[in-house]
Amino acid sequence: MKIAVCAKQIPDPATPYQLDPTTHYVVRPNDQVLDDTDRYGIEVGLQLAAAAGDASVTVFSMSPSGSLQGIRQALAMGADKAVIVDDAGLRGADALTTARILAAAIEREGFDVVIAGTESTDGYTGVVPQQIAELLGVPSLTFARKIDRHGDGIRIERQTSNGYDVVDANPPLLISVTSGAVEPRYPTFKGIMQAKSKPVETVTAADLGVEVAAGQSIAAVEPVPARQAGEIVTDEGDAFERIVALLEQVKVI
Amino acid sequence: MSEKAMRPRKVDPLDFLEVDALLTDEELLIRDTVRQFVADRVLPDIGDWFEDGVFPKELAKEMAAMGLLGMHLDGYGCAGTNSVSYGLACTELEYGDSGVRSFVSVQGSLAMFPIWAFGSEEQKQDWLPRMAAGEVIGCFGLTEADSGSDPGSMRTRARRDGDDWVLNGSKMWITSGNIADVAVVWAQTDEGIRGFIVPTDTKGFTANLIHKKLSLRASVTSELVLDDVRLPGDAVLPDVVGLKGPLSCLNEARFGILFGAVGAARACYEAALSYAGERRQFDVPIASFQLTQRKLVEMLIGINRGMLVAVHLGRKKDDGTLDPTHVSFGKLDNVRMALQVAREARSVLGANGITLEYPVVRHMNNLESVYTYEGTNEIHTLILGQAITGINAFS
Repeated sequence: MKIAVCAKQIPDPATPYQLDPTTHYVVRPNDQVLDDTDRYGIEVGLQLAAAAGDASVTVFSMSPSGSLQGIRQALAMGADKAVIVDDAGLRGADALTTARILAAAIEREGFDVVIAGTESTDGYTGVVPQQIAELLGVPSLTFARKIDRHGDGIRIERQTSNGYDVVDANPPLLISVTSGAVEPRYPTFKGIMQAKSKPVETVTAADLGVEVAAGQSIAAVEPVPARQAGEIVTDEGDAFERIVALLEQVKVI
Repeated sequence: MSEKAMRPRKVDPLDFLEVDALLTDEELLIRDTVRQFVADRVLPDIGDWFEDGVFPKELAKEMAAMGLLGMHLDGYGCAGTNSVSYGLACTELEYGDSGVRSFVSVQGSLAMFPIWAFGSEEQKQDWLPRMAAGEVIGCFGLTEADSGSDPGSMRTRARRDGDDWVLNGSKMWITSGNIADVAVVWAQTDEGIRGFIVPTDTKGFTANLIHKKLSLRASVTSELVLDDVRLPGDAVLPDVVGLKGPLSCLNEARFGILFGAVGAARACYEAALSYAGERRQFDVPIASFQLTQRKLVEMLIGINRGMLVAVHLGRKKDDGTLDPTHVSFGKLDNVRMALQVAREARSVLGANGITLEYPVVRHMNNLESVYTYEGTNEIHTLILGQAITGINAFS
């Protein structure tokens, strides 16, 4: 079974993000970390691979050049190899471009199961997994909170606002995994030491035969408006009237 | 003469001298993995463990799964990292609690190391893989009630009886004693001091828990009693006779401590820095006061200096140029620094500094033990004094 896991390196969330004043893109430092939400997808990939026996897990990432600290972490957790698409032309790529790139890289490698997080912690578009599935022409099992093998296929529980759906599909397919679906393993020290000798292939958009044409650009970035001062209601026995009126005004009751 | 211009840079209060730049990607990943583990598994509960006086034994297998136990040893199921990585792991563990770091130090450096360094091939095969996997917990019996800084005065004795060895005596202040499956016990013999591998279920072996501790409460501390403990001839560690056996183990453990203490200090400094920025008195954060800033800066300097010393000594260990006296330098100064930082941080936090809601008083109390165990400050001072004067002040 060939398992492809999409992972993203992002600026360390512990440090404030900076935006380029002209392009409004996130300024990416040389040292980026593995997006925490991707640890769940990697764990699911490793568990499926272990259950399948003869299986490989390949990490796919569209990442600017720099240190591959985050990708090394994925390899240290147990992934077998990584394919990095590093192309200056992809800077600030929109979601569809990202999906095209990742789908092309995954298709070139071959796959049975594609796994991704539901959304990245820095971009939050939340559409890339579904777009990859469409581009690859495979079913997308999205927002999985539980993933099991089911016969020859995969069964997931799709998180919904009211509960969950049980969804089955046979490979090839794509799963998007919610944070908390599994307990991601810690990389082992042996894994960390072996990670540096695992293959990391770097390719460009041209290598994948994808023509980069951004469909959107960010015109402006505005800060969240400052919060208005609240109203202090002093209770002189009739405060409830004012509070009920306020709640009705914001249509809570 | 060319000179690089010195430009103002944004500083990181938590890595002021950018010591991270001295570490490899692999070392950073090991450090960050242990840091994550401590954040997930130690910090949420450590206050309760300390208050309740328990060591969470289930942590052993979780730490083993990462490769923490005996991590700097080669082969036999051990991870085989370099010494700097081992040190960094100790820093992160002790950022959590000195008791958790002590457990790992005892398992890897005091119980596994002597078997790895002085054991027969059969002993290594028999014990090390299970100890690395956390299936077998080890302890180290050297100190006795009346024999601390002067271990050569120990009264525990092993005598030959046919092919067997028979051990009598007692050991004191033994970390992990009551949860250990195996004890490496040092005893006087006719040939000199020798090490014995003692399964703790051997007849005549008893471990008694030491209660009423106000330090290292999240750690098991025991007395070991050996009453005619009969061991087969092959229980002795074949490749060492004399005090250099146990002392070489202590050097391994002290190396972990000189890194570990920096972690405890960092936890106290972070708590004090954060508290000083939030706590308002006289309408301003107390970080506004010159007296508080001075305390924070003294902590900052001590911690960064301590980390530089630690990384330097780690590099020396890895390239084979580390002398035991260097370890004494690091243990003496870094633990002394950490204790000072903890006390200063306690004063910054005022009354809040004495509760387990903050890590400070816990570290402060723990460091009182770390200050004297594995060679007191005084003994390390005399080791350094001898090293530079050539005069032995011990005797």
